[in-house]
Amino acid sequence: MGAIAEGLRRVLELDRELWHIVVLSLEVSFSAVLIATALGLPLGALLAVKRFAGRRTVIVLLNALMGLPPVVVGLLIYLLLSRAGPLGELGLLFTPGAMIIAQSVLVLPIIAALARQALEDAWREYEEQLRSLGVRELEAAFTLIWDARFSLVTAVLAGLGRAAAEVGAVMIVGGNIDGVTRVMTTAIALETSKGDLPLALGLGFVLIAIVLAVNAAAQLIKEAAQRRYG
Amino acid sequence: MGLIRIALIALAFAATAQAQDRFITVASTTSTEQSGLFRYLLPIFEKKTGIQVRVVAVGTGQALDIGRRGDADVVLVHAKPLEEKFMAEGQGVKRHDVMYNDFVLIGPKGDPAHVAGMKDVAAAFRKIAEAKAPFVSRGDRSGTHFAELEIWRLAGIGIERGKGLWYRDTGQGMGPALNTAAAMNAYILSDRGTWLSFKNHGDLGIVVQGDRRLYNQYGVMLVNPQKHPHVKAKLGQAFVDWLISPDGQDAIASYRINGEQLFFPNAGN
Amino acid sequence: MSASILPLVLENVSYASNGQPIISSVSLSIDAEPSTIILGANGAGKSVLMRLMHGLLAPTGGRVCWSEPDSASLRRRQAMVFQRPVMLRRSALANVLYALSVAGVPAAEREAQALAALDEVGLAHLAQRPARVLSGGEQQRLALARAWALHPEVLFLDEPTANLDPGAAREIETVIKAFDAAGTKIVMATHNLGQARRLGDEVIYLQAGRVMERAPIEQFFARPATAEAAAFMKGELPWV
Repeated sequence: MGAIAEGLRRVLELDRELWHIVVLSLEVSFSAVLIATALGLPLGALLAVKRFAGRRTVIVLLNALMGLPPVVVGLLIYLLLSRAGPLGELGLLFTPGAMIIAQSVLVLPIIAALARQALEDAWREYEEQLRSLGVRELEAAFTLIWDARFSLVTAVLAGLGRAAAEVGAVMIVGGNIDGVTRVMTTAIALETSKGDLPLALGLGFVLIAIVLAVNAAAQLIKEAAQRRYG
Repeated sequence: MGLIRIALIALAFAATAQAQDRFITVASTTSTEQSGLFRYLLPIFEKKTGIQVRVVAVGTGQALDIGRRGDADVVLVHAKPLEEKFMAEGQGVKRHDVMYNDFVLIGPKGDPAHVAGMKDVAAAFRKIAEAKAPFVSRGDRSGTHFAELEIWRLAGIGIERGKGLWYRDTGQGMGPALNTAAAMNAYILSDRGTWLSFKNHGDLGIVVQGDRRLYNQYGVMLVNPQKHPHVKAKLGQAFVDWLISPDGQDAIASYRINGEQLFFPNAGN
Repeated sequence: MSASILPLVLENVSYASNGQPIISSVSLSIDAEPSTIILGANGAGKSVLMRLMHGLLAPTGGRVCWSEPDSASLRRRQAMVFQRPVMLRRSALANVLYALSVAGVPAAEREAQALAALDEVGLAHLAQRPARVLSGGEQQRLALARAWALHPEVLFLDEPTANLDPGAAREIETVIKAFDAAGTKIVMATHNLGQARRLGDEVIYLQAGRVMERAPIEQFFARPATAEAAAFMKGELPWV
């Protein structure tokens, strides 16, 4: 208990530096989730609605990719973005941009796979009626996404949780550069490795508090909207 | 695929737009960063030149690899044989001595191998091996790791073959390795800087220091722009030049933890 | 006014699922005039037959031919109301607007048409209410409004009142009668004999996936031609 109190006290001392780390963490993770949602929801919807050869294989693959180890994703993106790699020209390595890319790759399968599951259930309910109305598959996909928006929030939150919590990918592609690519998780890793466990604990609690706050807010919004729309 | 390229380029612009224009990337070691030296030194350089220095701190082996891939402009590490190999490969422009610090042998207060106060670190290592006292190694191709292996060699102990349960090869950075040693009450070789700024001393303390063979030389190299055309040669050279200039050397010498000087400038030796 | 999509002709239509035959060799022609009731016990295949006609299922044997070839326009000239209404998570009005938008009705005209449809079924006062919080009967009326807004030529109804209490069921029947009076061809599946009598002009009696009998409504009730039909009516109305 004492270590936690000590940790929180040290965290409050950090002021500007902590603020910068927290803001960067939120920027990176939220950006990644935004990208992954924009790509993952339509992907999940099309998989739920369209029947095509090899569909089952794609679904199994997508589900498996949910378990991609972050450090492996980090390594692959590092090899891609390194100057010695194919996308080296972009000069993205060791920047927040690289971290966003890595986390987007990590989070995309989660959102797509969970969306597919939720939307497939919804499709079972809506399919006949929508086809009777003459709705085509692409249109149906977007209608489903909007109608199932409350259960899809859960998928997005799962993605956000993964992004905010991971350290392996952002450490490798970001380099944990002081003031540039240091986020909460890499800062915790650093302070732990320096033996400054109270500070690491304190940062950990700040991270948990933020993730809790986001989830609580989402739940409240979801409930309010559900009361309105049924 | 074209769409992905466009998105990535947009991201690149976004990333660079918010970044400073004048910055260099320096690949250095965890021990150097964790000693706090960069936090102290870099603002001085930045104020003077307006060049932001971004340090990626990893193990020496990895830092040199980053240089080989062209992902850094300057490399600052402490493993002379590896640095000379780097130069021999034509990966660096010129190697300069910058500073040295020293390693210290850390051990438990109980001192099962009875090495406290010894002046000969190789002999101390031999006694530890004979006593089969717990010893934590970094095992991560870092400068510290290579220094440790060199002392085993000088002590005549084949650590590869002679490994027993007492020798714990952790594959970790200095901080985590010290954490492990503190938890296990083991001996460990550490650089003085990390030891001084380390917060979890546990029951450990310095048992052997001052042996000339414990001196740890740092070298700096500009990554070769002929091999990697995009390297910021001018800005990188400015940093190298400053480090070995009287200004830079003075700044290094003035860095202290609890009043103790950690790094001893020796450029131009 | 374009040509009618009727008559609908089923040529030797069969449907099997997982090797099990559900509809076997059904050949019939659905014409514009009479309201057609598809009568049968649960499991007779009424729902499947309706879906084959509406095009939601493809026959495994035989052909389903409208007077017009398969196209988006064909789809728009028929509508279906299911046993359980499926509403989107939006207001009642928005649900009708959605159907109009899918049908390609220009944006400027949609709201007026949607409101008119709601008015027809007596739901105008609930236009802004979220559709999913409406009662079962109200949702089914909304489904009818949605279908009405498109002015279909043929309206399929698959046991539309099976889940409703008698009061709500009567309201639905009133709307269906109004559709009928306005000229829409009604094809309704039900196992409720009283409802069949109230709404239908002719009966197609289905048993175990086969058409057993087809006759004008009063003739069917007075003198069922087949033993199976007689047994069915006895089962439904044991006092007859």
